[in-house]
Amino acid sequence: MTTANTGLYQLDGSLIWSGFRQLAPISVFVTVFGAAFGLAAKQKGLSDTSIIAMSALAFSGYAQFALLEQWGAQIPLFAMLMTALAINARHLLMGATLYPWLCRLTPAKRYGVMLLASDANWAMSMRAFSGGRPGFGLLLGGGLALWFFWVSGTWLGVYFGNAISHPERLGLDMVMGCFLLAMAVGGEKSPRMLIIWLVAALSSLLAYWYLPDNSHVLVGALAGGVVGTVWGTHDHEH
Amino acid sequence: MNIETTGTGTLAIVLIMALVALATRWGGVYLMSFVPINYRVKRFIQAMSGSVLVALLAPMAVTGDNAARVALLTTAVTMLLLKKPLPAIAGGMVAAAVMRYF
Repeated sequence: MTTANTGLYQLDGSLIWSGFRQLAPISVFVTVFGAAFGLAAKQKGLSDTSIIAMSALAFSGYAQFALLEQWGAQIPLFAMLMTALAINARHLLMGATLYPWLCRLTPAKRYGVMLLASDANWAMSMRAFSGGRPGFGLLLGGGLALWFFWVSGTWLGVYFGNAISHPERLGLDMVMGCFLLAMAVGGEKSPRMLIIWLVAALSSLLAYWYLPDNSHVLVGALAGGVVGTVWGTHDHEH
Repeated sequence: MNIETTGTGTLAIVLIMALVALATRWGGVYLMSFVPINYRVKRFIQAMSGSVLVALLAPMAVTGDNAARVALLTTAVTMLLLKKPLPAIAGGMVAAAVMRYF
């Protein structure tokens, strides 16, 4: 591995700005989903301030939509906690997969760059690191871009939401799926990786169908990780 | 226990959502600080990082509509041919939009 390369762990203004610009094109589409959340939340009767505060502080798209599905005059605390935890559990995996690089940073920076970790900037950052390029600018700067457009979108949805009632007609619901797939296809390709992916895909589907809601990412990722640890231990030694 | 969705109850819900998200963003990093990073752990992490993506995508492809499947297929093929993410993503979204238009 590239342990001697200290440039890999750099984090400065220009790297953060570059990360912001690289994630900005995708983040623009995130605005639409922020707006969809803002509109849906408003229709459920949440106050304008609490809707925008939630997007700004929680910054967790799927979990916020799931909360709205549970919304009523009262919400059962335990169910709400469990749903939010299950949906956000993939953040645990993101932190763990970035740890070999994060451990080179001071604790303040380590936890600081994770504040805005999300699917898209995590995927870009992982791809940079595994290609031997610095990735923390993408994680933090890209996270800032995603956060900014998610919160702006929420605000737009609260005030002008009715304009974008059917984002799926424009294929906009596929933006994150297509993005993550492009990242996966652009990564390492080998017969070993293909086996790992097959196991991850199959186990996530089985979890999706037969295990509690939202457990599929955790199950699929851990199954793929286990196969990757026991399969072909003697190749790629260095 | 139930939380009222008015007044301070809403504030509590916003804070709980923020704290859960923060706990998961920091939790994985914190837990890993107790794990010695040896060769095996590195391989586990490396295999897991690709698997997170696949585990997110597989149910999307299998349970989505035909437009979703065509979008993902278009993205994969364009990515293999051009090796550039932006045209691949744009191609996928256009494919989904066209499928849903007809």
